[in-house]
Amino acid sequence: MMLYIVIGFLWVSMLIYVLMGGADFGAGILELFTSENNRSKIRTTTYNAMGPIWEANHMWLIIAVVILFVGFPGIYTTVSVYMHIPLVIMLMGIIARGTAFTFRHYDAVKDNMQQLYNRIYVYSSFITPLFLGVIAGSAVSRQIDTDASTFASAYILGWFNWFSFSVGFFTVAICGFLAAVYLIGDVKDLTDKKRYIRKAKMMNGAMAFWIIMIFWFSYKGDIPLFNWLFGNFISVATTVTGLLSLILLWIAIYRNNIKRMRFYAGFMTMMLLIAVTYSHYPNIILLKNGAHLSLFGTKGPDKTINSLGIALLAGSLFIVPSLVYLIYSTPKKTDREVQ
Amino acid sequence: MDNFLAARSQMALSLGFHIIFSCIGMVMPFFMAVSHFMWLRTGNENYKNVTKAWSKGVAIFFATGAVSGTVLSFELGLLWPEFMKHAGPIFGMPFSLEGTAFFIEAIALGFFLYGWGRFNKWFHWFTGVIVGLSGIISGILVVAANSWMNSPAGFDYANGKYTNIDPIAAMFNKAWFSQSLHMTIAAFAATGFAVAGIHALMILRKTNIGFHSIAFKIAAVFAIIAAVLQPLSGDISAKFVAKTQPAKLAAMEAHFNTERNAPLIIGGIPDEKNKKVDYAVKLPGMLSLMINGDTNSEVKGLDAIVVNDQPPVSVVHYAFQIMVALGMLMLGISLLSFIALLRKRAWFKQRWFLKLFVFATPLGFIAVEAGWTVTEVGRQPWIIQGIMRTADAVTPMPGIVYSFYLFTAVYVSLAIAVVFLLNRQIRMVPEIYDINTKY
Repeated sequence: MMLYIVIGFLWVSMLIYVLMGGADFGAGILELFTSENNRSKIRTTTYNAMGPIWEANHMWLIIAVVILFVGFPGIYTTVSVYMHIPLVIMLMGIIARGTAFTFRHYDAVKDNMQQLYNRIYVYSSFITPLFLGVIAGSAVSRQIDTDASTFASAYILGWFNWFSFSVGFFTVAICGFLAAVYLIGDVKDLTDKKRYIRKAKMMNGAMAFWIIMIFWFSYKGDIPLFNWLFGNFISVATTVTGLLSLILLWIAIYRNNIKRMRFYAGFMTMMLLIAVTYSHYPNIILLKNGAHLSLFGTKGPDKTINSLGIALLAGSLFIVPSLVYLIYSTPKKTDREVQ
Repeated sequence: MDNFLAARSQMALSLGFHIIFSCIGMVMPFFMAVSHFMWLRTGNENYKNVTKAWSKGVAIFFATGAVSGTVLSFELGLLWPEFMKHAGPIFGMPFSLEGTAFFIEAIALGFFLYGWGRFNKWFHWFTGVIVGLSGIISGILVVAANSWMNSPAGFDYANGKYTNIDPIAAMFNKAWFSQSLHMTIAAFAATGFAVAGIHALMILRKTNIGFHSIAFKIAAVFAIIAAVLQPLSGDISAKFVAKTQPAKLAAMEAHFNTERNAPLIIGGIPDEKNKKVDYAVKLPGMLSLMINGDTNSEVKGLDAIVVNDQPPVSVVHYAFQIMVALGMLMLGISLLSFIALLRKRAWFKQRWFLKLFVFATPLGFIAVEAGWTVTEVGRQPWIIQGIMRTADAVTPMPGIVYSFYLFTAVYVSLAIAVVFLLNRQIRMVPEIYDINTKY
């Protein structure tokens, strides 16, 4: 029983990290794909929208990592060993992004150092989710070779392939999309609104492109993605509802219904995550030799799982209400300078 | 540099960097809360300015501490997968609780930084206190995890198998209290002296004296109280180490031979080949007295430990001597400061007194790094004392040395960036805040 609670927490922290952390990365991605003239505007909007929960957005990743290394050490260590290089790149992105974001707002002197912070921030906003996606893609790509005898086959080929990178680029696109949808509801000015709608279209297009690529490369690489998504009822149902909510999302955008567009964006992401995780649940890592690492197979001893579950339940009693209150109590301010 | 050494260096670098940022991140909120409290009670604008200025420092250090901490949660697996595979489920409990504490800290910081003029002023003040409290709890939990490596508990070990795992017993291992206490007080002393020193320097330069005097006093009071308490907690720690990790204690003291009436060896250059210490001051019987309360009692030396299980003596001995010497220096400054507080208030305005604090700026952090070296290098060659060797835990991936270079470059640049930013914060004080320059 406790095992399912722990797995539930792992899944939910992944979902929230994709949603909140994703929108957060997305804001930087949008900034990267915005002309020089409009960048400062996008910066102010993002900061006002996300500033207070900025640090909290990234805690979900830590929660997920801790659940993995305490509860499912086999998965954590396998990923750590064979995904060493993309993980290090991702960590560099996390360091660069977290510090550049803070530095640009807390540097007492606003001079041309700002340009440096901005540059670091936008590029790391792109690279971090890209490699998160690469790692997620690699986990199911059947390319991780635990019997490898050469450096390249053990530590590079496991992730350096088109399937993994397509998943990575798709992750970048969905982050940008989530951010654009979120920000549409956050600006009053009509031209700003139109700009974010344009961005949302662009990112939606990118998502479509990379989905096609993912399917193409999974077909080339003998990854039964088609079977996963259409081989069982739940995955079919969630895929279809996900697509449906994307349509409803666009209707909401054109009717300027902020609550609905945000809801559908979140709902769509959730459906997508269910679709891709359910089909090979409880397996998390599919290896080249056909073996797999499952949540059940790698779970720690019962006592550990029990106390981990209790810690998570107790923790959420503190975290959830205070986070919700933080989000609702710091309403958007458009003109007041943030101290 | 071989792979193993590179992995150890990278871990040492990452922790050595993180320890500074997390100390500041967990202690500065308390300084901030005191100043904030004074502002709410007195209405003196300078207190408000100091609070705001410090809150920016907290934001910078928190962000840096948070990312370096995130990196560490991955590095444990990137560098020591074999360790994490077995240890994760055993010593993971404090980490899962720490996740919550750290999360609360991030949320509270959001409330605090964005809360000016938004909430009830006492609620706003309280969120600042929560930042500090959850920071301290995080720190204690992380140190509890580390202390498990020094005094493993909560499992049975036989034939390479870890059975009967009890994560709660592992968390409350025997060393958790003495180590957490020592580290928490160290964080207060180090941060207190560092902050007080910087503000003392600004007072000496006669810039914004009103502002900096307030800041100096608050930080200095925390620093001197912590520095007086620290030797007591150090004594508890040393006695405990003598019991559970005799090899570490022997290395700290460069105590080569098991003997009665063991001398306390101060300073000196350990000669590992001939098993003696040159040029040291030796106080006969004092080590026996400090450890066992009896000058004639026996203290185990390195000769009681199999050669393969001995830590490197010189590094541990030097680090320990540095830590103790700096601790004593800070204790001295603190005692003088208590005289100043109670009898000679005028000293606070005198240049020699302020200069003393400027001199003491880095001492606490040097001592923290030295102490960290003692506990980590002193545990070698074990990653889990007596159970798993560090060399057996390291990642099979070759070429870690490049990763070490990369992390070094990144951390050095980050350190430079943070110093640069703080310098700009301090320089901009007159422009940002409406300062009452009269003293």
